[in-house]
Amino acid sequence: MFIELFLQYLVAGLTYGTIYAIVGIGFNIIYNTTGIINFAQGEFVMLGGMTAVTLYGFMPLPAAILGAVLITMVIGALIEITFIRWLVKPTVVRMIIITIGISILVREAALCLWGEGVRSLPYFSGNEITALAIGEVRVSPQVLWTLGVCTVIVILLNIFFRFTMLGREMRACAANRDAAALCGIPTKNMVTLSFILSAGIGALAGCVVSPITYTQYNIGTGLAIKGFTVAILGGLGNSMAAVAAGFILGILESFSIWVMPTAYKDAIAISILLVILFVRPSGLFGNREMLRLKEF
Amino acid sequence: MLSARHLPILAFIAVVIGVQFLAQLTGKEFFLTQLTMTAYYSLVIVGLCVLMGFAGQISLGHAGFFAIGGYTSAVLTTLDLMPQRERTFIALLVKLKVIGVRPDLYGGTVLTIHPWIACLIAILLTIVIAYAIGIPVLRLKGHYLAMATLGFGTIIYSIVLGTQRFGAADGISNVPPFQLLPGLSVSGASGARIQNYYVAWGLVVVAMVLLGNLIDSRVGRALRSIHSAEDAASAMGVDTARYKLNAFILSSVLAAIAGVFLTHFNGSIGPSQASIMKSVRYVAIVAVGGMASLWGTLLMGSILNFLSLRGYFGIFDDAVFGGILILIMLFSPEGILRFNLIGIAKQFLHRVQGSKDAA
Repeated sequence: MFIELFLQYLVAGLTYGTIYAIVGIGFNIIYNTTGIINFAQGEFVMLGGMTAVTLYGFMPLPAAILGAVLITMVIGALIEITFIRWLVKPTVVRMIIITIGISILVREAALCLWGEGVRSLPYFSGNEITALAIGEVRVSPQVLWTLGVCTVIVILLNIFFRFTMLGREMRACAANRDAAALCGIPTKNMVTLSFILSAGIGALAGCVVSPITYTQYNIGTGLAIKGFTVAILGGLGNSMAAVAAGFILGILESFSIWVMPTAYKDAIAISILLVILFVRPSGLFGNREMLRLKEF
Repeated sequence: MLSARHLPILAFIAVVIGVQFLAQLTGKEFFLTQLTMTAYYSLVIVGLCVLMGFAGQISLGHAGFFAIGGYTSAVLTTLDLMPQRERTFIALLVKLKVIGVRPDLYGGTVLTIHPWIACLIAILLTIVIAYAIGIPVLRLKGHYLAMATLGFGTIIYSIVLGTQRFGAADGISNVPPFQLLPGLSVSGASGARIQNYYVAWGLVVVAMVLLGNLIDSRVGRALRSIHSAEDAASAMGVDTARYKLNAFILSSVLAAIAGVFLTHFNGSIGPSQASIMKSVRYVAIVAVGGMASLWGTLLMGSILNFLSLRGYFGIFDDAVFGGILILIMLFSPEGILRFNLIGIAKQFLHRVQGSKDAA
């Protein structure tokens, strides 16, 4: 009985962990090309879920999800082009305040468009009570969808950054922006691309978890804080470490319900964030010397 | 001895008095209620201005300190000690007048801690928490500092929202008036509107005098040097860690005092006072005021808060603050009072020119 409960919590933790990991990767992609932490990262997840729910009224589920991801990517690009592209060497505090402002505007726009209601997409296969029995543990097929889609995202991103010309150009940009510009890489377009990419994966993640966690106009801030925790925990800029960190956070949160009231669940992530920031700001898998060279 | 340095303060006092008479003459006394609340929020904002504009440290958690002040005072002054009054410790406190009997709303009597004592405890608690949080947090910079303070604010919010003793989502109501002196108390009674207006703005005047002196002194110069170049300041012998910490504690205490007074004025406090949106709003107003300008911040803070409290922004309240935040940071990061249209136009033309040359 104890083992079953343990495994059940573990599965729940992994599910949330993958979402945190995806948001964390989104932070990293933008941070790598720009040195900016995009405080509006969680809003992409919300927009993805909300748009998909609306589109689902007119078209089949796969088309709705595809449409939602594309629309969110366009919004991501527009945000970058309108607010960030033309700034000349903005200070960090200025960028923090601008992205916070963007997240407020997106959230308020969502409130006007969709209202305060909680929405969700239908389960991709089966329904709320369908469950696959794996050993003694019962798992909803949507959990497998989430884990599967997120794994595919991570693998594709890896291939993109390693083996395609565009991915390599983005990495060059991350390593040294001036040097990349001297080599003829259009660094400004790379920044736009990084916003498009992280909006896209955020939106896709928002769609696959929508049936489990539901989507509401204000879920963005919480996700952003947790995604940032994951990004820091893994070491800022290191996408693969963010995946591991995402699982760690998801599982810790899930088990915290055993010892603490659910109301304090969010405090867990933030306490971890604070402890990591104080004790080891380079992250679990990060390198202290490298941190000193980065500007943040 | 009057000098040019005192002019802004005198002008400010004149405006405060003038506004009160204007409201009286035009028969809009009810404006004074929102103006009083505006004053308390202004107290938070000028404190944050010293931290952000002069010491250069961003804080996205100041609503947390406001809530610590407000909730401490609310809990202590509504805690009925009547059942424990036989205990020697409680009896001693009653003898020392720390605890007093007062009538409650329903005609009964309750034995509660005096608001002055509660206020002192709230300030002490804030200093302790700001000290404990400040030492590790202020070692961080940029994004890390922003996220850590945001995290602190979120923890306070979720504690307030998740704890039954703090009234969870309902908050704490029936907070008694704060009797400052015999015959002068902070409360929402409509008869006491004018005296409350002067108590609130009087506090702001005192804060402005103190902060104005502070930033014109050696400490102020040290803080500014930290803002422009922390390493250089440190090399010149400025104890950067200590100055940053003291600025942080000072602004936290101002926020807590505002929390205590506003809670007694409203007679209640709710979790929304601790929300992230409140913290962001304070930062927005400091940014609009021009970061390193106490008077600019006070002016913009008073206008924006008053309009917001009167409900002029309707359902777009948060959106207005988000929009202002973006516009100011994009076009005029030095604050709205130093908005430089010609400079921006030049910069824009220059870029258009530049891209033509490149093509």
